[in-house]
Amino acid sequence: MNPTRLAFIRSTLCRHFRKDTNSARPLEGLKIIDVGCGGGILSEPLARMGAVVTGIDAVDKNIKIARVHADLDPGTSNIEYSCTTAEKLVEEQRKFDAVIALEVIEHVANPAEFCKSLSALTTPGGATVISTINRSMRAYATAIVAAEYILHWLPKGTHQWSSFLTPEELALILKRASVSVKEMAGFVYNPLTGRWSLSDDISVNFIAFGTKDGQ
Amino acid sequence: MNRLLARRFAGNSCLVRVPWRSFCDAAAVNSGTAQAKHAEKQRLTSHSEEYDVAIVGGGMVGMAVACSLASMSLTKHLNVAIIDSNPALVNGITIKKEDPPDPRVSTVTPATISLFKEIGAWEYVQQHRHAYFDKMQVWDYTGLGYTRYNARDVSKEVLGCVVENKVLQSSLLSCIQNADIRKTVFPARLTSMNLNPSSIPTELNGTSSTSPWRGFARLELSDGTCIHAKLVQVGADGSKSNVRELSGFKTTGWNYAQNAIICTVEHTVENNCAWQRFLPSGPIAVLPIGENFSNIVWTMSPNESSELKSLTESDFIKSVNHALDYGYGPHPKSSSARDGDLSWFGAGLTSSAGEGFTVPPRVVRLASERMVFPLSLKHANSYVAKHVALVGDAAHTVHPLAGQGVNLGFGDAFALSRVIGEGIAVGSDIGEVSLLRRYEAERRPANIVMMAILDGFQKVYSIDFGPLNIVRAAAFNAANYFSPLKRNIISYASGEQRLPLFT
Repeated sequence: MNPTRLAFIRSTLCRHFRKDTNSARPLEGLKIIDVGCGGGILSEPLARMGAVVTGIDAVDKNIKIARVHADLDPGTSNIEYSCTTAEKLVEEQRKFDAVIALEVIEHVANPAEFCKSLSALTTPGGATVISTINRSMRAYATAIVAAEYILHWLPKGTHQWSSFLTPEELALILKRASVSVKEMAGFVYNPLTGRWSLSDDISVNFIAFGTKDGQ
Repeated sequence: MNRLLARRFAGNSCLVRVPWRSFCDAAAVNSGTAQAKHAEKQRLTSHSEEYDVAIVGGGMVGMAVACSLASMSLTKHLNVAIIDSNPALVNGITIKKEDPPDPRVSTVTPATISLFKEIGAWEYVQQHRHAYFDKMQVWDYTGLGYTRYNARDVSKEVLGCVVENKVLQSSLLSCIQNADIRKTVFPARLTSMNLNPSSIPTELNGTSSTSPWRGFARLELSDGTCIHAKLVQVGADGSKSNVRELSGFKTTGWNYAQNAIICTVEHTVENNCAWQRFLPSGPIAVLPIGENFSNIVWTMSPNESSELKSLTESDFIKSVNHALDYGYGPHPKSSSARDGDLSWFGAGLTSSAGEGFTVPPRVVRLASERMVFPLSLKHANSYVAKHVALVGDAAHTVHPLAGQGVNLGFGDAFALSRVIGEGIAVGSDIGEVSLLRRYEAERRPANIVMMAILDGFQKVYSIDFGPLNIVRAAAFNAANYFSPLKRNIISYASGEQRLPLFT
């Protein structure tokens, strides 16, 4: 799924910040934070695309793994990793051109507060990208039953269906946090080819790109 | 696969023999000693030995990879190393117009021609001798059938172009020299490769840094240089691929009990048709190469090939003409499409179905030495591993009977560079297996199908057995008169479609 998410992020950020899409490092000059970075699966490609990346995760083990992996490639060795939360960074008054939180919001206790923190980290006129799973019947069947219980792609209990957000709810809480959602897309999986692709179908996995009001 | 690699590199002599703190690695040792100063100096110089892509093998396919990377905006910033001990890569290849054509030629399909045009290399080919051909005739010694193909059957102008290998290589060289991609040629051979430089901890005197080369593959060359290829290492080093050996790829294949004799010959008139006649021990092919010259590829058993190589020139020419004319069997009967019983094929009949059988032009002179090569089939079981991708003959070797070999290689080269571009677009690590597997998934099925077909032809035509001869003749006639089949064959052989029969 990662290349597909990156394709969406690359295209929306390039369009928003008016960068050249044909360049090999289109995100040059942008400060980006990857909230819930895990092992760096998103931070590293963003760094290779030229951005100055900060990766944060609440689990220290993830940060250690991410650090070791990022040191393997000179293109990613200047990613700043730290074990902290978005709220703590807001207290430190850090600001970023783009704030990206993929597959995080379905695990936080208070999504509305989380969105407010993400928005506070974004400079006015900057971008916020959130991806999550829709609270729909199809999502229950695929993301929970199929992914956790049948195919064992994820450990059981990774997701709670009741904490999923619908696209409308996400757009609403982002609006309340001064972020207007500009684009939304879904990810679909083709079991025959084993590949993910971007689509208009937001009934299971979807990603939202919004801009912070203010400039 | 990983276990195989791990086993190989556990016993990798490079790692055991050479202490890690010597010339290849960049970590400082005890400070204040001469050794440390040396290591320090090496650290400064070895940083410049850091490349994104190392192409091992600067032949036609290796250079095609380099040119293709140079032509795409997403990849032209890459730092490329080309490793080949051939001095021509540094000094250039001089081609004199007056020289007769070299016997080593390749038939380039229209699909390959358009790929060359895309990267801007075809204009260089056009400055030298090259021969387009739009007609082809295939028949065998039984005289029971023949097929004529014409480019007009598929509304095209040419079926292909025959170009000397040195022209192809020099065109690609000129193309890359004029491109602004960073490239360095290393005139040496690859002696060893380490795809997983281990993380020997460098916690000495309180400094704790992991070796900076961990995400790279390390290549050692015959002149002692050590290169770190950041990520992809392309084995374009031919059928006896060193990269393939060193990476531990297994191959499947067998030797055909056949050798091929190749040479350049001259006619009294210009030849503009490609001819192929299947003889009892193998096909003889005549390809136009420009002016009055043609290239001959004659496949036969090893004994016959040594006999023919030792004949005098005039005797050799006599046997060539004999093989192309009445030797071994009669001419097929020329039928015209206007004959009554073919009228129900009438609708959509190809123009070449109306052409009668023609004898190839007589050979009057031998224009080059005769070269002999053994033929075999070889296919790597896998094309990619972490940091490595095989392209061209390193991945697959085929029978020359359909002129497809190097076209498969060019297809590989362009596919690989495209996949690298797609990876860079989403910030991937270009040495990652998951990215390289996309290249393999694209090329391997198509290559296997082509190899199977060529191998099938080779086997079917090497048997002289009455009923089978008639079946083959029927196939010739079917291909000649059944237009959809003929168009399909031409499209597939031209590289326009990836799989036969499924448009």
